[in-house]
Amino acid sequence: MAETGRLKAIAAPAPVVSPVTLLRATIILTFLAVWEFLAHSGWLYRDVVPSLLSIGRDLVELLTSGNYYFNLGVTAGEVGGALLIGGFSGIAAGILLGANRFLAKAFEPYLYYLGPTPKIIFFPIMIMWFGVGPQSKIALGTLSCFFPIALSVAAGMRGIDKVLIRVGKSFRANVWQMVFKIYLPAMRHPIINGIRLGIGVALIGTLLAETKLSNKGIGFLIIQAYSIFDMPRMYAMLIVLFVLAIAANALVGRLGGLHNIRRL
Amino acid sequence: MTTAAVNRSRLRSYAPAVAGVGTLVTFFLVVELLVQAGLISRFIVPPPSEIIGSFSRVIVEEHVFNRFLFTFGECLTAGVMITVFGVTIGVLMQRFKLLLRACETWVAAMASAPIVLMYPLFMVIFGRNAWTIIMMGFVSALPPVILKTIEGVSGTRKVLVNVGRSFNLTPPQQFWKILLPAALPTIFVGVRLGLIFALINIVGTEFLINYGGLGQLINDLAERYDLAGTYAAICFVILVSVLFFMILEKIERWLRPVD
Repeated sequence: MAETGRLKAIAAPAPVVSPVTLLRATIILTFLAVWEFLAHSGWLYRDVVPSLLSIGRDLVELLTSGNYYFNLGVTAGEVGGALLIGGFSGIAAGILLGANRFLAKAFEPYLYYLGPTPKIIFFPIMIMWFGVGPQSKIALGTLSCFFPIALSVAAGMRGIDKVLIRVGKSFRANVWQMVFKIYLPAMRHPIINGIRLGIGVALIGTLLAETKLSNKGIGFLIIQAYSIFDMPRMYAMLIVLFVLAIAANALVGRLGGLHNIRRL
Repeated sequence: MTTAAVNRSRLRSYAPAVAGVGTLVTFFLVVELLVQAGLISRFIVPPPSEIIGSFSRVIVEEHVFNRFLFTFGECLTAGVMITVFGVTIGVLMQRFKLLLRACETWVAAMASAPIVLMYPLFMVIFGRNAWTIIMMGFVSALPPVILKTIEGVSGTRKVLVNVGRSFNLTPPQQFWKILLPAALPTIFVGVRLGLIFALINIVGTEFLINYGGLGQLINDLAERYDLAGTYAAICFVILVSVLFFMILEKIERWLRPVD
């Protein structure tokens, strides 16, 4: 083919570091520098802003301590238990409300308005019902995660393509077959979304309950660090906790394929 | 349609609400009977009649109105702060795209982080006072306002922006006359979400640090083992929260333009 002689734009060499990365690095470094300056300035009460070195030391100490992993296991068990009970009951309630318009009109407003109320205020009741052990924390976590999961599933149920439901009915699928072959696969994304929200609130509910009254778990360790004014340790625990919470959130989203949803 | 048919259809539309309230009343009656029969210990679940009876006692003796005003004041302060800071940060991030690309994921991550667990840290920084509670509400409620402001400003219809350009508006005029009014309904969605987060965290922190208004009331009554009072106070806080959400929802509907 003959050369057209079209001018080719000379591709500019890609920058070694993108401006976004550069800005992010600048923000982080500035934050750390200001932090370190405040830690050594003496302007604030001692240890309110501990030096980065002491936080780093405590972070390493924390991550190599068996006691921390034991308490992490306790909290993980409580959150897992809460998610299991709250998740199953939430999915069941969601399917029921989503499938029946009368039930949805009768009961969904209660779920909708009770959902965002502060659940920690139920903790005294949970203690009376389930005692001061892990059961009351699981109960509070369950109560926290039930609402977002139920509401998300109910909305997802109503959003199922009617064709899929008609296909199920034309195959004369019974209730269980409809639930397991049609409803649940079609509602994968709303369920995963609900579970994502549920994990966040179950974690918060459980940990707050632990900070209020417990003798084990991450919440207990945080409040213990507060009561003995071990600030570097508290910062280290909060950093680990935030990383774990954000990672769990991202992991559930990724496993559920939420990043693959096509936005139409 | 005949009058009888209209009445029938009206009755049918009320049926779900009646069923909902009926189920709730039946549930309380069953609990009352079980407690009175001794099948449920009244030292764990007080009879609902006792809870209803203790409402007036809690309201009068525990100065519920003052406590409500205290919590409301904290929510209002946090609400003003999230609106001012959230909208400003959101607009700045939208204005400087590089900042947006660098920080938006951080703000989104902050929205999903369990910020309320920082309350012991805030107690160390601000002391055991109302500022800890307000700041807790503020920090946890900030991300939705920032994210919704970005969404609102960036979602302004191109035609509106072009109208502004054709009138030769300066950038500040373009912002105040075009972008902000167009983004206001979406920004209010963020403020509404933020206020809900703020209320949850404020009442929660009051309960946890045993200081302030309605949250402290529940903690106080529970520590005194005033069981009926604790249940009544929890019901009261739930009612206040639900009313708060309903009012916010009404304002949001009023602000939303008709499509």
